Amino acid sequence: MSDTSANAVAFVRTESVPASAPPVNAAGPVKWLKDNLFDGVGNSILTVLAFVAIFLILSNTMPWVINGIWDAPTLAACREILDGTTGACFAVLSERWNQLLFGFKYPTEMYWRPALAFAMLFVAFAPVLFFDLPRKLLIFTGLYPFIAFWLIWGGPIVNPILALVGLIVGYMVFVRLEKTSFAMAMGAGVVSAAVIWSLSKVIGSDSAIFSIGYLETVPSRDLGGFMLNMMLGVTCVSLSLPLGIALALGRQSSMPLIKYVCVIFIEFIRGVPLITLLFVASVMLGYFFPPGSGVDLFIRVVIMITLFSAAYIAEVVRGGLAALPKGQYEAADSLGLDYAQATRLIILPQALKISIPGIVNIAVGLFKDTTLVSVISMFDMVGMIRGPILASTDWNGVYWELFSFAALLFFVVCYGISQYSQWLERRLATDH
Amino acid sequence: MTIITDPPKGSFRLSMLLNDTRYRSLTLQAIAAILLALAIFYLANNVVTNLQRLGLNIDFSFLGAPAGYDINQRLIEYTSQSTNLKAAFVGILNTLLVAFLACIMATIFGVFAGVLRLSNNWLVSKLMSIYVEIFRNIPVLIWILIIYGIMTVVMPAPRAFRGEDAEAAMFLGISAFTNRGVYIPGPEFSRIFGEMGILSAGIGWLVAIAILICSFFGGRTVTRRATRIQEATGVRPATLVTNLAIWFLPLIAFFIITGLAFEIPELKGFNFKGGIKIGAPLIAIWFALSIYTGAFIAENVRAGIQAVSKGQTEAASALGIRPNRIMSLVVLPQALRVIIPPLISQYLNITKNSSLAILVGYADVTATLGGITLNQTGRAIECIVLLMLFYLIISLIISAVANLYNNSTKLKER
Repeated sequence: MSDTSANAVAFVRTESVPASAPPVNAAGPVKWLKDNLFDGVGNSILTVLAFVAIFLILSNTMPWVINGIWDAPTLAACREILDGTTGACFAVLSERWNQLLFGFKYPTEMYWRPALAFAMLFVAFAPVLFFDLPRKLLIFTGLYPFIAFWLIWGGPIVNPILALVGLIVGYMVFVRLEKTSFAMAMGAGVVSAAVIWSLSKVIGSDSAIFSIGYLETVPSRDLGGFMLNMMLGVTCVSLSLPLGIALALGRQSSMPLIKYVCVIFIEFIRGVPLITLLFVASVMLGYFFPPGSGVDLFIRVVIMITLFSAAYIAEVVRGGLAALPKGQYEAADSLGLDYAQATRLIILPQALKISIPGIVNIAVGLFKDTTLVSVISMFDMVGMIRGPILASTDWNGVYWELFSFAALLFFVVCYGISQYSQWLERRLATDH
Repeated sequence: MTIITDPPKGSFRLSMLLNDTRYRSLTLQAIAAILLALAIFYLANNVVTNLQRLGLNIDFSFLGAPAGYDINQRLIEYTSQSTNLKAAFVGILNTLLVAFLACIMATIFGVFAGVLRLSNNWLVSKLMSIYVEIFRNIPVLIWILIIYGIMTVVMPAPRAFRGEDAEAAMFLGISAFTNRGVYIPGPEFSRIFGEMGILSAGIGWLVAIAILICSFFGGRTVTRRATRIQEATGVRPATLVTNLAIWFLPLIAFFIITGLAFEIPELKGFNFKGGIKIGAPLIAIWFALSIYTGAFIAENVRAGIQAVSKGQTEAASALGIRPNRIMSLVVLPQALRVIIPPLISQYLNITKNSSLAILVGYADVTATLGGITLNQTGRAIECIVLLMLFYLIISLIISAVANLYNNSTKLKER
C-alpha cells in the first residue's frame, strides 16, 4: 500500500496559499465598532443612550460657547450684540480678567509683581518635581519664598534677606553640631536663627538700610482672586508637609505622651469640617495671640488650613510608615543607627515614596478647599465672582460664564497635578 | 577567650536619663509635657487677657434666649420665639437630613458610574471616566453654586404656571419645579391617625417604619430557614414569593387601613400650597454633594471590583456555582471588604461638606448655630466650640461604625 501512495497523489502544493483578507466585519474599524460599541443588545442600547446624552449636552452648550461675545463693556451691551440669539457673554472674563486673577483691591500698576512671582513659581517648582533637572536649581527653590514674599507684599528687601540669613546661619550651626547630637544641633540651630531674626528690631525701623530695595507695601487684605487661591494652596501644602510628617512620626512613637498628643490632635482636626476651622481663624484665633498683636486674617487662615492639611497628610504618611516591612526598622537598628538617622536615611525615604499618591490627593483636595475662604469674606476667585463681579450693575446676572471659567481653571490645575503624580509613581516604581 | 560581662546592674545614675535608651524616653516625655503645659498656659492666658480686655466672658446662657429669626426649611416645629438651642437643634436635623439624602444618592451615582466605567463598551466607559475626572477636579463649592444657579436662574417662577396658556407646566401634573424649590405630592393618612389629630403624620410614619423593620426580620428568618434546609437536604426552597409577600403585604395593608392619600401641590396666590416643598438650597446642596462625592465613590467601587482577582470567579465556576451565586457568594463579599471602608469615609466627608450649605442659605447647623446665632449674640467662642463638638461626635460615631465593620470582615489569619 505504502509504495503506491507516492503515485496516487496527483498534486502537491509546494508553497503555502497567501492568507486571504479577513471578512469585513472581523477586522478594522468595523470589528472595533462591533467589539467595543455594539457587542450584544444591552451594549448597543447603552451606546445609543450614550450618543443621545452626548448629543443633548453638546447641542445645548456648543451654540452658547461658539456664539460667545468676547468684547463688550456691560451685560446689556453684550445682550444687544447677541440680539436674542443664544450665546455666552465671555466679555465679562476679558473685562474683569485682572479682578478675577488679582482681586479688586490690589494696586493696578503693581500687577507685574504677583505675575512675576507666579512665573518664578514654575522655575522654583521645576527641580522639586523633575529630578533630571540640574540640582543647582534647588538653590533658587530655596530663595523663592523670600523673593515671592518681597514681590507680593512689598516692603524693604532687608526683611526677607534677614529671614533668609537667619535660616542659613541656623542650618550651618545645625550641620556643624549634627555629628555630636541631633537634638542639640536642632536646638542650637533654632536659637542662632532667632538671634539673627531679632537683629531687625535692633537696627530700628527708621534706619537708612530699610530704604534699599523698597517696594511699595500691599496689605494682606488687598490680596484676592485666583492669586489668593494659589498663594494659600502653595503655602499651606509646603508648610503642612513637614508638620504632617512630624505628626505621623509622633503617632508611631513609643512614648505614650507624644503619641496621644498627636492622636488627639489628628483625630480632632479630621473630625471637624474645614469651614469651622476657618470660622475659628476669622473670629476666634485672634484671642489666642497676645493682646494687641493684631495678626492679620491671611496669616490666621494660613495657620488653620496648614493645621487642617497637616492632620490629613499625617494619616497618609502613617499609612506609608505602616506599609514598610518590619525588617527595614530592624535592619536600621542592627546597623547601629540612632532614631534620627534611621528615620532620615532608611524609613522616611521609603515611606514617603509609598505615600506620594496620597499626599498628592491631599494637595489637590486642599487646593480645591482654598475656595472655602470666600465664606469668611475673603475675596478669592469664587469670592470675587459671588461678590464684586455678580453684584456690580454692569455684570449682574452673568452667571454661567464666570463659574465655567472658575471650574475650568481649577480643573486644569488639579488634573495637571494628578497626571504629574501618576507619572511620578511610574517613575519611582522599582518593582518589575 | 571571650568574657561575657553582665549588663550593668542597679546603681541608677542621673546621667542615664540622657544616655541610656531605657530612661531617655522619660526625659524626652518630661520635656514635652513641660513644653505642652507652657504652650497651653500661654494660649489660655492670652484668651483670658483678651476676653477681660474686651469685657467678654464665656457664658452659655444665650442658648436659652429666644433666637429671633425664622428658619425656612425645618423638620420640627420652630418659630422665631423659640430658643437658640432649638434653632441649633433644627440645624442639626437639617444637617443630618441632607447628609442622609446625599449619602444615598452619592452611593447610587458612585456604584452606577464605577460599574459602568468597567464596562466593555468603550464609549460608556470613556464617558464615565470623563464624569469622574471632571467632578473630582473641580471644587465642590463651585458645584454647589452651579446647581443652585440652575435651580434659581433656569427654573421658572411660580407665576409662570398661572393662566390658560402658562409658560410652564407641572411635571406629570403632580409636581412643580420652580425657582423656589420642587413641590411634590405629600402622602397623608386620611383615616384613624388623621382623626386623632396628634402628630398624625409623624406617628403614622413611625408605625410604617416599625412594620418595615418587622418585615426585615421576617425576611431574614425565611432566608435562614432556606439555608438550613439546603444544608440538610441539598435543595434550596424557593423564597422569592414569600419574601416579596413579607416585605410588601403588611405595608400595603397598613396603607389601605389608614387610607393613604397624596396631596397634590396647587398654585394658590403667589406660590404653591400643599404637598411637600423641597427648597432650592436643599436641592442644590443635596445634588452637588451627591454628584461630587459620587465621582469619588465610583473610583472606590472600581478599585474594589478590580481587586477581586479573576481566578476567584473562574474557581467558583469550576466548582459549578451558578453565575448570580458567584456574584453574591464569591465576588461581592471580597469586593465589599475593599469598597466599604473608603465608602464610609466618603460618608464622613459628605457630612462634613454639608457644612457648605451656609453658602446657599440652607439652614444647617453651621448656618444656624455658627452663622446667625453667632452673629446675633456675638458669642463666637461658645458657638464654634459647640459646632465643632457636634461634628466631632458625628465623626467619632461614623468612625466607630467603620471600625466595627472592619473588625467583623477582617481576614481571620492564623
